[in-house]
Amino acid sequence: MAPFLEVKNLTHVYSAGTPFEHKALDNVSFYLERGEFVGVIGHTGSGKSTLMQHLNGLLKPDSGAVLLDGVDIWSDKKITRQARFRVGLVFQYPEYQLFEETVYKDIAFGPRNMGLPAEEIDRRVREAAGFVGISDAQLASSPFDLSGGQKRRAAIAGVIAMEPELLILDEPTAGLDPAGREDILANIDGYRRAKNATVMMVSHSMNDVARMADRLIVMNRARIAMDGTPREIFTLNHTQELMDMGLDIPELTRVFLRLRRMGLNVPVVYTMEQAVDAMTSLRGGTDHA
Amino acid sequence: MNTAISVEHLAYTYPGVDNTPGVTVFEDLNLRIEEGSFVAILGGNGCGKSTLAKHFNAILLPCGGKVWVYGMDTSDEDKRIAVRRSAGMVFQNPDNQIVANVVEEDVAFGPENLGIASPEIRRRVNQALTQVGMYEYREHAPHLLSGGQKQRVAIAGIIAMEPKCIVLDEPTAMLDPRGRREVMETVTRLNREKNITIVLITHHMDEAAKAQRVIVLNQGKIAADGTPEAVFSQVELLHGIGLASPDTVELCWELNQQGFALPLDSLDPEECAQILYNAVKI
Amino acid sequence: MLKDITLGQYFPGNSPIHRLDPRTKLVLLVAYIVALFLAVSWVSYAVMLVFLISVIAVSGVPPKSFFKGMKPLVFILVFTGVLNLFFTRGETVLLEVGFIVITLEGLARAIMMLSRILMLVTGTFLLTYTTSPIALTDGLESLLSPLKKIRVPVHELSMMMCIALRFIPTLIEETDKIMSAQKARGADFESGKLMERVRALIPILVPLFISAFRRADELATAMECRCYQGGEGRTKMKLLHYKRRDFFAFGIGVVLVAVICVLRRFGL
Repeated sequence: MAPFLEVKNLTHVYSAGTPFEHKALDNVSFYLERGEFVGVIGHTGSGKSTLMQHLNGLLKPDSGAVLLDGVDIWSDKKITRQARFRVGLVFQYPEYQLFEETVYKDIAFGPRNMGLPAEEIDRRVREAAGFVGISDAQLASSPFDLSGGQKRRAAIAGVIAMEPELLILDEPTAGLDPAGREDILANIDGYRRAKNATVMMVSHSMNDVARMADRLIVMNRARIAMDGTPREIFTLNHTQELMDMGLDIPELTRVFLRLRRMGLNVPVVYTMEQAVDAMTSLRGGTDHA
Repeated sequence: MNTAISVEHLAYTYPGVDNTPGVTVFEDLNLRIEEGSFVAILGGNGCGKSTLAKHFNAILLPCGGKVWVYGMDTSDEDKRIAVRRSAGMVFQNPDNQIVANVVEEDVAFGPENLGIASPEIRRRVNQALTQVGMYEYREHAPHLLSGGQKQRVAIAGIIAMEPKCIVLDEPTAMLDPRGRREVMETVTRLNREKNITIVLITHHMDEAAKAQRVIVLNQGKIAADGTPEAVFSQVELLHGIGLASPDTVELCWELNQQGFALPLDSLDPEECAQILYNAVKI
Repeated sequence: MLKDITLGQYFPGNSPIHRLDPRTKLVLLVAYIVALFLAVSWVSYAVMLVFLISVIAVSGVPPKSFFKGMKPLVFILVFTGVLNLFFTRGETVLLEVGFIVITLEGLARAIMMLSRILMLVTGTFLLTYTTSPIALTDGLESLLSPLKKIRVPVHELSMMMCIALRFIPTLIEETDKIMSAQKARGADFESGKLMERVRALIPILVPLFISAFRRADELATAMECRCYQGGEGRTKMKLLHYKRRDFFAFGIGVVLVAVICVLRRFGL
């Protein structure tokens, strides 16, 4: 069976034929499976945003293809439009795209464009609002009366309401405080679990990505530099490479890499849970000795 | 030590629109910032930290109490320009504070407003751009720069007015890690080398950890105030107001819940690793 | 993409034309346009063309860029050409098909009008290509400053122009971003009837306006923080000074207008 989404030898060049010519994607290939939570990291200009916009057909590849269930999304006009809805894209600072009089209407914009019947739209709006914790009272209010974090969640609900099989988010937590960040990450994961959807999250925050994702794709200079589980990526031999690309590695990983260098037999960790487990088992070990 | 900014019994309420009640941010806030220090003001969204910053250079005026900037009352209209000259301000969105479409013209904007003579403006602009490491970009168009570069141009625009203090309101919130590093390095260097007082408003713990003093604001009140080590060791307090300590401290705290007895003042990985090492190595 | 639109693009350079005082260039452009309208004969047109080509050559601006900039004007050019070609009466008939009559006079007039427009636009482009927008605003402000006496807000106008120039690229980029975001939610800007298309713009225009107002508000605060209090007591980093080359350029301008006047006097 064909994989859920396949990206094949994708290349994209901006301003081709001018002095500003710039290759944003260079022969990029990978698969995505249903239900995966994939983190995409890479510094500004590494090609992340360009890649995202290819997956739902906003940009057309210069060469290569994007296949959904084995079908090229550019093979037919109808299929391209379907891809828009099957792959939901949440841009950076999505709250700046709110425009309707009420939060309800704004969330309904996507489903309405899909041409769904009224009851179905209503169901989807309410369910999407539920995923991001927007109350009925807030649905009736103007999106511009919400707080910053609520606006962000309302905007994400606007994409979730299209029930995309692949939800892509660009820096969904940028500019939020720690509590707001936690909320949004939990909302996104909730949607993924409920719908067995694939999530692709682009982020600068190594901590967030390492904690949430079961797979990481590292982009550098228009290519995929690394692709693997967080455990594979944050190994001793990769950390220097990551830092050379201008990327941070999680604080906790740094601590444990240091401990290994000091001669302790600890695994490479990247979440708080793993770090605590590693330390308690280490103490357990020494207690028995 | 001299006082740079002093806040005495500050009360502030945003006026309500169309008969709706206003929003009270501060009731009785007291604060003193020493000259030459590097202070981080930390808090979640909506804790009042940006409102406070706007009081430091008379963009907002107290409803009650006083704000003194280098001995000048910010409510005194005759002192307004002098206040803004001593305490410059850098905002969150670099795009919305750059006025001109050539880097050096933008940096000149402040000194031009102050009526300084042309050769002196030129000297200050060159110096300010050199200090933030943007001299070679002086003839570029700002919209083609990266976020971190734009923010450094904004900082240069403030330094060119030769202020004694710079207030930065979440200057890194919209930047990528590289941009954040650039801005933080610039700010720390200005504090160390030029002895400029820095007030950094942020919700990034790792940035606050670089300051000499951290003030935590919550609902318009000071929840904690002290050295980064002293503030971040109060892990429960920070959790209670929706904040978190840097991961290194959080880890030690989590381990203490499991029966370890680790100090909670390790702000960098090296230190933290040393503490953990000592705890398990017999 | 919207990003490809260029508005009076400036080509940085260091040619004698680039180095002229912006005020000189503005005055010269006015003189050039006056001369262009005074020119009535092929001889004077030839003089103008030689002048224009030599200035372009000195400026070092690639001639190709003028053709590129001309693209949006094609419609006006064709329209003017056709109008003059068909509706000018004359004696020497070149072609007669039904009610369409093309005369030699008509053809000559069409070519002349077209050359006039092309030369006018090229001259204006040359100014914007060789002068940074900020120098241009400074020059305008300085030239118009006598109007301050009759309470024309010259400084404010030039400040507004400067800020507009600064924010146009930012807003264009923002429009692109909002369009992509709404397209990702299934918005369709390309099909449907006129009314539907107009309605489809709402999801772009509302966020764009809100964002523009937010930017304006933040910019105003930032300007206040940087001690902006209007034009009063404000100085400039870059002072405008007329140099020897400016007087030389003025001289050329005077000669050009004089030559065209003399030619006109002799019916040329």
